[in-house]
Amino acid sequence: MSAFLEANLPYILAGISVGGQYALIAIGYTMVYGILRLINFAHGDVFMVAGLVMVYTTASLPIYISIPIVLVATVILGLLIERVAYKPLRTAPRMSVMISAIGVSYLLQNCALYFTGGLPQIYPEIPFLSESITILGATTKWVTVITPFLTIILVVLLVLLINHTKIGMAMRAVSKDFETSQLMGIRINSVISVTFAIGCFLAAVGSLLYFSNYTSVIPTSGAMPGLKAFVAAVFGGIGSIPGAVIGAFIIGICENIIKGIGWTTFSDAFTFVLLIVILLVKPTGIFGEKTTDKV
Amino acid sequence: MGKTLQNRQENKLRYLPAIIALSVLYIVLLLLDNVLPANTFTLMLIPVLRKGAIYSLVCVSMNLLNGFTGLFSLGQAGFMLIGAYVYAIFSIPADQHAAVYQYFEGGAIQFSIPEMLGNVLGTNAGNFLGAIICIIIAGAVAAVFAALIGIPVLRLKSDYLAIATLGFAEILRAVFQWNGLGAITNGSNLLRKYTTFTDMNLQLGSITIKLHSLFPFLIAMLSILFIVLLINSTYGRAFKAIRDDEVAAEAMGINLFRHKMYAFIVSSFFAGVGGALLAMFQTTIQAAAFKTAMTYEILLMVVIGGIGSVSGSCIAAFLYIACSEWWLRFLDSGSFLGITVPFFRDGFRKVVFSVIIMVIVLFFSRGIMGDKELSFRGLISKLQKKSKKKEEADNG
Repeated sequence: MSAFLEANLPYILAGISVGGQYALIAIGYTMVYGILRLINFAHGDVFMVAGLVMVYTTASLPIYISIPIVLVATVILGLLIERVAYKPLRTAPRMSVMISAIGVSYLLQNCALYFTGGLPQIYPEIPFLSESITILGATTKWVTVITPFLTIILVVLLVLLINHTKIGMAMRAVSKDFETSQLMGIRINSVISVTFAIGCFLAAVGSLLYFSNYTSVIPTSGAMPGLKAFVAAVFGGIGSIPGAVIGAFIIGICENIIKGIGWTTFSDAFTFVLLIVILLVKPTGIFGEKTTDKV
Repeated sequence: MGKTLQNRQENKLRYLPAIIALSVLYIVLLLLDNVLPANTFTLMLIPVLRKGAIYSLVCVSMNLLNGFTGLFSLGQAGFMLIGAYVYAIFSIPADQHAAVYQYFEGGAIQFSIPEMLGNVLGTNAGNFLGAIICIIIAGAVAAVFAALIGIPVLRLKSDYLAIATLGFAEILRAVFQWNGLGAITNGSNLLRKYTTFTDMNLQLGSITIKLHSLFPFLIAMLSILFIVLLINSTYGRAFKAIRDDEVAAEAMGINLFRHKMYAFIVSSFFAGVGGALLAMFQTTIQAAAFKTAMTYEILLMVVIGGIGSVSGSCIAAFLYIACSEWWLRFLDSGSFLGITVPFFRDGFRKVVFSVIIMVIVLFFSRGIMGDKELSFRGLISKLQKKSKKKEEADNG
């Protein structure tokens, strides 16, 4: 056991770190799904855009100004997408909204392709985060160590917000019953906007951490992490924030161990195997609530 | 009695315009391949037509699931991948194996169906028949996979089904790129040298007639015809009933799971056929190209054409391919009608394109055709109505 741990320590560390980054994206999926019953296919691409904004802002601005700009720009982008692409379809069938989400994802990727000219954009080194550190003989970056802690702090803050503030209460009400909460005088649109803002803020933080581990951003680099984060959300029980976080850590760690034992080709496929298994065995996920369909 | 006879005659006449249109199309295609000179116009037109035919088949097969059965499946690229690979594997000539499978000691399969038939029937006939047999095998393998995948997946609903089928497509892509299967799939390397459209010729004595563009149209048309017949059969009615209301359909005695399975298998069969045709079109294939983005693109074509309309899907596929490969090219080239526009550079075409798609999705969600079909009779009666109205307006 200890031999296994020693040999795989770099992978486990990387897994925990990637897991934390997936968790930050997964929260955006799970919250939006909880309220709108929509798989926001564009969320992974919002994450990618956050990476690109970082690349372009650091080209001309110091890092302590560009980080807030990235966070704000991502939130604005998320709100804009919600306003333009999802709000007009609020009464439309669920399939139309999903198609609209796919359309937004296609648009964002193509815009990124246009602005980057198809070239990989080198991600800037963030001081401190990108510096190396040695833990128990394994060399890694500081970001690996910080990610899980930062993730947990943000999740705790989010849970506090949802359980103890007025807007949190409104969110819970809307995710329980959309129409009734509307009748009770909750401003649905502002609740949805806040949900998107929180989801995108966390995705932006996730992108700062995620891309620090990689050298460059390409227009499709958001797609895979996005899908994996969604799987994590389903695994943990869609609509449940702790579930999404735990699912994300499990996926991140398993994926990296699979890479460690030399099955890199299957590291992406594993996530989807996990998804299909969980959907068959326990479709509501580990923490999901059971729903019944009424005629 | 007299009335039914008249009806029958009318029914016979009903398909006449369609048959005439198709014959004209086929003659044009034959002329394109054999007589017309290769200039810049035909060099753009021919690939667009071929690819358009292939994509219309794939779109119609997706529409059968998403539009007619109400199953939101995103696995189309995966089944196309299976079709493309199966087709290529069985039609690489034996003496090319060493070159294609250079990293896997010539591969495990050492025969080629078109070549074997060619030895008996002559090269051209062998290629033609062999390609058709390989295409059918490609579809069949995709269908078998669909049946296996369908057992767990079709129990899921709406968005869960979407994400699970998408997941399966990703798994398939990983499996086909795996070096462990390299002796068959060539790992993550290209498959090439197999029978393509340019091998489709008809030998009449000493004259060779090229069927390069006719071939994809022929296969696509037969497949779409089959799907249309299926949609108009009792099965098709059951599919539509499931789409409109699952609970009501079940109450009417429709076996939900079995009918969903039929739709899934048929759709995947034709996605496999489409994949095989795409392999023929591209002359080389690689598993890495069959990404989720490909499924998204097909889905967007279906949406543009109208969810639940076969003719809409075909029109949209041709329009989409023509715009993205031909008509909107000028957006990438940097100048339009001699005027140089600074922001027209590589990739701008795709941005404009995706904006158009978003506009369609948001404001014209019924697409070009909605759930209606294109028919000559409908067109004529519409024109008559318009002219009548005009007459009335003129008189009044």
